[in-house]
Amino acid sequence: MHIEMKGIDKAFGSNQVLNQAGFELRDGEVHALMGENGAGKSTLMKILTGVYTRDAGTVKVDGKEVEYKNPQEAERAGIVFIYQELNVMFDLTVEENLFLGREIKKGFGVCDKKAMRKKAREVLEMMGVSIDPGELMANLSVGQQQMIEICKALMVDAKVIIMDEPTAALTQSETEALFQVIQSLRKKGVSMVYISHRMEEIFELCDRITVLRDGQYIGVKNIPETNMNEIVKMMIGREIGERYPSRQITLGKEVIKVTGLTKKGVFHDVNFSVRAGEVLGVSGLMGAGRTEIMQAIFGNLPYEEGTIEIEGKKVTIKNPSQAIANGIGFITEDRKTEGLMLEKSIRENVSLCNLNIISKHSVLGKGDEKKLSQRAIEDLHIKCFNAEHESGNLSGGNQQKVVLAKWIFTSPKILILDEPTRGVDIGAKKEIYQIINKLAGQGVAVIMVSSELPEVLGMSDRIMVVREGEIRGILSHAEANQENIMTLATGGTI
Amino acid sequence: MEKNKKNVGAYLQEYGALIALVLLVVGISIASPEFRTGSNFLSLLRQSSINGFIAFGMTCVILTDAIDLSVGSVLALSTALCAGMLSSGVPAVLAMILALVIGTALGVVSGFLVTKGRLQAFIATLITMTVYRGLTLIYMDGKPISNLGDSFALKLIGKGNIFRIPVPVILFALIFAAFLFLLTKTTFGRKVYATGSNAKCAKLAGVNINRTKIIVYGISGLMASLSGLILLSRLSSAQPTLGEGYELDAIAAVALGGTSMSGGRGKIQGTLIGVLIIAVLNNGLNILGVSSYYQDVVKGLVILVAVLSDRKR
Repeated sequence: MHIEMKGIDKAFGSNQVLNQAGFELRDGEVHALMGENGAGKSTLMKILTGVYTRDAGTVKVDGKEVEYKNPQEAERAGIVFIYQELNVMFDLTVEENLFLGREIKKGFGVCDKKAMRKKAREVLEMMGVSIDPGELMANLSVGQQQMIEICKALMVDAKVIIMDEPTAALTQSETEALFQVIQSLRKKGVSMVYISHRMEEIFELCDRITVLRDGQYIGVKNIPETNMNEIVKMMIGREIGERYPSRQITLGKEVIKVTGLTKKGVFHDVNFSVRAGEVLGVSGLMGAGRTEIMQAIFGNLPYEEGTIEIEGKKVTIKNPSQAIANGIGFITEDRKTEGLMLEKSIRENVSLCNLNIISKHSVLGKGDEKKLSQRAIEDLHIKCFNAEHESGNLSGGNQQKVVLAKWIFTSPKILILDEPTRGVDIGAKKEIYQIINKLAGQGVAVIMVSSELPEVLGMSDRIMVVREGEIRGILSHAEANQENIMTLATGGTI
Repeated sequence: MEKNKKNVGAYLQEYGALIALVLLVVGISIASPEFRTGSNFLSLLRQSSINGFIAFGMTCVILTDAIDLSVGSVLALSTALCAGMLSSGVPAVLAMILALVIGTALGVVSGFLVTKGRLQAFIATLITMTVYRGLTLIYMDGKPISNLGDSFALKLIGKGNIFRIPVPVILFALIFAAFLFLLTKTTFGRKVYATGSNAKCAKLAGVNINRTKIIVYGISGLMASLSGLILLSRLSSAQPTLGEGYELDAIAAVALGGTSMSGGRGKIQGTLIGVLIIAVLNNGLNILGVSSYYQDVVKGLVILVAVLSDRKR
């Protein structure tokens, strides 16, 4: 299927999201769509699939001008959009999800369960996933749920599949499985639009790449004829320089020491320590238990055995407030559901961890709170209207800066960051790296969990690799590389 | 980013309930000379205080993304026990203080069911609502208690006047100010909003969510028992069915005031307006001679309009 979009305009209120945007998709190609957050990638695809109507421009499918009124109509034409926020019913089974709205019927509205079970098995097999069609969706990993979404697209014989950040929540092995599926679909002539922030993936997977910036079409490149620097420059309109800023490293005393931390079936005999001014990267596949170990240290997940020492003293941490009292800060991997009150202002979010700073005898001070949020906005360059700006309306990068601000002001001795740059665009990523470096420079012991290998390698002084709840090794910056981290993470030895 | 440019629509939404209140008062005043007298306004305020105290407590509970259906039963049980103490000669002030303590404790029990018992707030307080009502009936053996003695303190709280202003109205104003302070100027208020806005986030920020919820249920129980004392004073007797359905008027007032039923968003000022709207409707429609059957329909429709206008944001 050949798709051509030209001169697309779209405004929401006075906010011009697309301004003469364009895009061309050829038969059987995997086409990356890139741009910073807010560049209009998803909007453009939503216009193609009839979620939004366009203000101007033309869309041609196989040479014929079309305007789908809704996603169902686009689906009937063979164009399926798999959203970043998965569209699954958790309380239904895999099979029921696959056939939602297109059940095979015997007549009189009675479902033909046998036929559906058979078809479901076929599709799952074709995808090479071993999932029981009768399993509840809620019991699947995010990666498996993603696979089910792709299966759903295959059920309707999609000619074009649009994927929005499909690997954001996938483990390495799930990502590889997805890539294989994409390759085999490409061979069958299915075209794919691949929206992602992950350069490495795009260069591995895609044939061509279209870059949008501020809602405008910037250009299209053949992957073999371009490189990451050129794409980044197209995306942000300027050189960004080093992706991972360097810093002066001065290591101080050991701040936190974890010994023998164990929670049955989740993690086992975890030992490590971090010194003041050090950045400890934590790598491993998703589901390896990294997040759980950090949650346990922060008192949000009970553990059975082990000790935590802070500055040489054994501490008891049973809940987050004790962790905070002991100088630990924790930035969660999921800022939307755990990191922020989305409907609240920047001011209220920044204050939440710092109520003791802005109050006396539990009564809030008058100007203190405003000053605090003002400082956050200035120090961390949060792009916003003012401190009353609703956090949910900020871009991903700026939301993450609000989360960072709220913890930085608690003056933590130890800061745990779980996936600090997930869903954050390149410009803001670098700013977050600079903030992390600055904190380390001030003597904070930083623990950074990340699924992005280049990020772990670029930022860490040492890298701890976790596999199935066990520490497989702690590598120094000098000895670490992608290969030996992946070897450890997947169960090999080096 | 043009969010802060407020247009007429936004103002209507923010002050919709207030505008509705003003229109109601003006409208009924024009229609009825009886309504627009100073003494009627004072008695209207006095009537509204009963629902007002409960609704203030309810606002806190709802802000934490919970609900308290037990308030009517808490009111009945604490009042029954207070009446029992009075009739057996316990000094009035002591009996009244004990009634407030009992009310608080009854609320805290709901709080424990919701937090430590991990029951949904609706179910937990449905249970306490039923059990407390049953206990009230058992304690009173289904019969009212009316030999309450002749204490000044009991008379004062419901029937007394200070500078010609009814004591319940003075309490209403003071307690409104206390809630306003609690919710907007204290760290506890922040914790209430944070718990309702995003409990996971609040917990990770060091907020003790369970404690916050238990406290708001305690506050709700305290307010219910205070309303009970005023009723006891005014009626000079305790009835086993006292306070039945009061939870609905309180929730209606909170909803009218624009507080989100899913927590995190709302103002005590809104609840005050909601309470007054309900009181004006009750009082005004009575004076206009509208049948009480129709009154319920009108009340329901007013709440519908208020909640619909709130949903647009």
